[in-house]
Amino acid sequence: MARRLPEVEVVLVGFGWTASIIAQELTDAGMEVLALERGGWRDTVPDFSVTHIQDELRYAVRKEIFEQTARQTLTFRNRVDQLALPMRHLGSFNPAAGVGGAGVHWNGQNWRFLPTDFVIRTQTEQRYGKQMIPADMTVQDWGVTYDDLEPYYDKFEYLCGISGQAGNVGGKILPGGNPFEGPRRRGYPLPPLNRCAATELFDKAAKDIGLHPFPAPAANTSKPYVNSLGVQMGQCTYCGFCEWFGCANYSKASPQSTIFPVLLKKPNFSFRTHCAVTRINMDGSGKRATGVTYVDRDGNEFEQPAQMVVLCAFAHHNVHLLLVSKIGMPYDPVSGQGVVGRNYAYQVSSSVNVTCKERLNPFMGAGALGQVVDDFNGDNFDHTGKGFIGGGYIALWNTGGRPILQQYLPKGSPKWGAGWKKAVHDDYLYSTHMQCHGAVMSYRDNYLDLDPTYKDEYGNPLLRLTFDFKGNEHAMSKFLTEQATRIAHAIPNRGIHSKPREGDYSIVPYQTTHNTGGAAMGDDPRTSFVNRFLQSWDVPNLWVMGSSVFPQNAGYNPTGTVGALTFWAADAMRRYLRNPQPLVQV
Amino acid sequence: MKARAAIVLLVVALCGGVAFAAQQVYAPQKSHHTWSDLQRGRYLAQAGDCESCHTAPNGQPWAGGRAVPTPFGIVYSMNITPDQDTGIGAWNSEDFYKAMHEGVDREGKRLYPAFPYPWYTHMTRGDVDAIKAYLDTLKPVHQVNRAPELGWPFSMRSMLAVWDKLYLHADTFTPDPKQSAQWNRGAYLVQGLGHCGACHTSKNFLGAVDRHHPMQGGFAEHVFAPNLGAGQRDGLSGWSEQDIAQYLGTGMNAHATAAGPMAEVVQQSTQHLTQADLKAVAVYIKSLAGPEASGPGAPDSDSMREGEGLYVDDCAGCHMEGGEGIAHAFPPLRESSAIQAAQPQLLIAVILEGARSPTTKAKPSGLTMPAFADKLDDAQVAALTTYIRNTWGNKAAQVSQGDVSKLRKTFATASQ
Repeated sequence: MARRLPEVEVVLVGFGWTASIIAQELTDAGMEVLALERGGWRDTVPDFSVTHIQDELRYAVRKEIFEQTARQTLTFRNRVDQLALPMRHLGSFNPAAGVGGAGVHWNGQNWRFLPTDFVIRTQTEQRYGKQMIPADMTVQDWGVTYDDLEPYYDKFEYLCGISGQAGNVGGKILPGGNPFEGPRRRGYPLPPLNRCAATELFDKAAKDIGLHPFPAPAANTSKPYVNSLGVQMGQCTYCGFCEWFGCANYSKASPQSTIFPVLLKKPNFSFRTHCAVTRINMDGSGKRATGVTYVDRDGNEFEQPAQMVVLCAFAHHNVHLLLVSKIGMPYDPVSGQGVVGRNYAYQVSSSVNVTCKERLNPFMGAGALGQVVDDFNGDNFDHTGKGFIGGGYIALWNTGGRPILQQYLPKGSPKWGAGWKKAVHDDYLYSTHMQCHGAVMSYRDNYLDLDPTYKDEYGNPLLRLTFDFKGNEHAMSKFLTEQATRIAHAIPNRGIHSKPREGDYSIVPYQTTHNTGGAAMGDDPRTSFVNRFLQSWDVPNLWVMGSSVFPQNAGYNPTGTVGALTFWAADAMRRYLRNPQPLVQV
Repeated sequence: MKARAAIVLLVVALCGGVAFAAQQVYAPQKSHHTWSDLQRGRYLAQAGDCESCHTAPNGQPWAGGRAVPTPFGIVYSMNITPDQDTGIGAWNSEDFYKAMHEGVDREGKRLYPAFPYPWYTHMTRGDVDAIKAYLDTLKPVHQVNRAPELGWPFSMRSMLAVWDKLYLHADTFTPDPKQSAQWNRGAYLVQGLGHCGACHTSKNFLGAVDRHHPMQGGFAEHVFAPNLGAGQRDGLSGWSEQDIAQYLGTGMNAHATAAGPMAEVVQQSTQHLTQADLKAVAVYIKSLAGPEASGPGAPDSDSMREGEGLYVDDCAGCHMEGGEGIAHAFPPLRESSAIQAAQPQLLIAVILEGARSPTTKAKPSGLTMPAFADKLDDAQVAALTTYIRNTWGNKAAQVSQGDVSKLRKTFATASQ
């Protein structure tokens, strides 16, 4: 029997980026906010301390700070006619567990999506005709536009201290930035990171073949920074341990390094760790959430009543919680009806390794130290006759040059033994790689539901993922990889190794943690779970944050858009609190 | 909500303006319980950092019980909540003034000078009464005071009469007519309520301060509290008045970040001082003489070489290769008076134990340096501190392995 706790005004499920932003905004609005986090407490010191966080075996190989599949996982299949099996090890994505969420271990690659990304169906049909979108492709407009989100992108960038070069301020195209980006009100708070040798080579090569390279916007501070909340940040040391690691010296934006110093002092905010939320509770009407039920580390069950519930967990977990709580109509791929689990999407990545003639010193890195071309992203280029929609960026990231997983040796290099040692000795300092970061569209039969067989430790069915790459993604990825290979050839090199993504999606090798959809946002309650303000159509005091609301994926890392949408939703919540009604009437 | 905002504004106004000015605005009666008196009392109690010592770790605020280690044993702070039985609820203002001015409690027992009455004695009666009036508004906590743990002969309270006779100069602060009002306000705060000399002035074997060399460095529990007087190398000659005010008001300035016991002082006390009071304190401190300059000998080259390697590996990421630190974040080590202090304990302590910068309204982050006690042995810490104290123009005496091991043992004992 769950023990009933005193009611709070707002309960947040999870305590990562989105929860931290909502907590900061709603406590400012005078609300009493409680965050429930399934993982433990973590802070810069002692958990990410300098000289011990740079432990690749512990964090990148043994994955210490990620979700433990023994506690929570999902089942997977490529197609509806297959039997889904549970993931017993992390594979193609690494959800976080613990305070700060993936905001602790991300690289800091912080993007705005393109204006056309938010209106992809309208844009595609207008430019290429309705036949351009296959019948089984369920892409839809977001219900918000780039212009709606612009102030909120700005807010997130100035919270994080993004380092970058603006390409379009108020419609004026600026040299050195991304000429394809949507207009922004002002430049980035910090100048771009210092470039490394490999990014200089990429920059020159891309220019030589007529493309438009620019420094990637980075949530790694190029200079000391005091953010919009007055929180102090250090300056990136280019240690090369961002991805899969916490930052030791306050220079990668995370909830810890940007929000907690202010948030955690507020008397109207509290959080509890090691609390796994297992249900969203509803009243008899089915129109109102009454709080959540959670289980602590010792297996004790608690009921936490709340006037408002905000789902701030990883994309999969938000959808899972809705499904097990029987909120909203579950999606059925046969009839195409239902919204919860609908429009799951992912990303398609490929790479090109280059062994350069010039020595690169790749160990000088930062998570978002990279040079990028956006010429083939979104609808930045003419898709006529290409056989696909969407696109992605091509980047030369120098996230680091770690000894175990970050050696981009020439094709055919031995994987171990004396031959491997020789290859590392000869080529490590000269090796780099380019990444193609491609969008994945939504399809009628790529979706999330509950597994009929396997259960988690709380007795809930596991989430089941049914997903495969489709023809559109294969064609797009092939095209992107070819463009990257063209750039590679323009770099003085001793060898090029193109690694396209072909065949069925495999969930085993790591690709990206950018899972999206399942609780899509939109203008139509028949095809979206939340309205354009991220408020549930069915249950107005239930809100969903994070990339589970993306109706399809884009060719960028999602965090910038997740941050902007969260600030956008927080503004809407302030209006909601004055008059607790659905913010969009249908 | 509006009412609460109004109160907050009022408190800010009272603390932000000078309390005396506020008194005129509100024209209070000569009562201990007017709003402005209470706010003045609160402000003064913060300026005196009373709550820090009178609250045990994880204990009830103001209920005492915090262990104050002295060279003679441990003294526990008193319960100063208005509880009738165990606190000071039964004390009248006369009783309280006697404790603050003479170091004698309501029963006539002498108090241990770990309670800084040798400084508080200089306060005006009006200020002391205001503090008592404020303390009377606190939540009473029933918590019996803990007896001190002192070895003989210090356990005999009669000894204290002798001590007071020798060392207590019970007199109210007299302004120096040759100095400005600002200087006098600073002197009043520093010599009285602020009791800065309790740490920053050297003491004799009986714990009495050297009145002839005020603020030229002394011990704060285990670590050396640096010289606040003049001195190009190990004094504050390189700091402007604005630098001092900024340091006390925010916890950091371009020269240093508060560390060790001073971090707590800034966080609990000095950040709450008004700009006018911070400036007054700064003016007074800038007038203090420093110790006679001494020329430390050259450090040995082996230590310097080893120290340099350790510095590059463990320190340079934040404090930078040139020791210049990072603005707004990590303090410089170059040209730092605390680093070049006559005694190296503060630097050793920060390396062994780590340090958290004070979290203040102006600098909320509480940026934290990790502890290196588990990573570096005594010889390494000695080499590293010797290197830091003698590079980029710094110059200070060599640190020995013994200096480090002594402090490491002290911390190990204290944490048990």
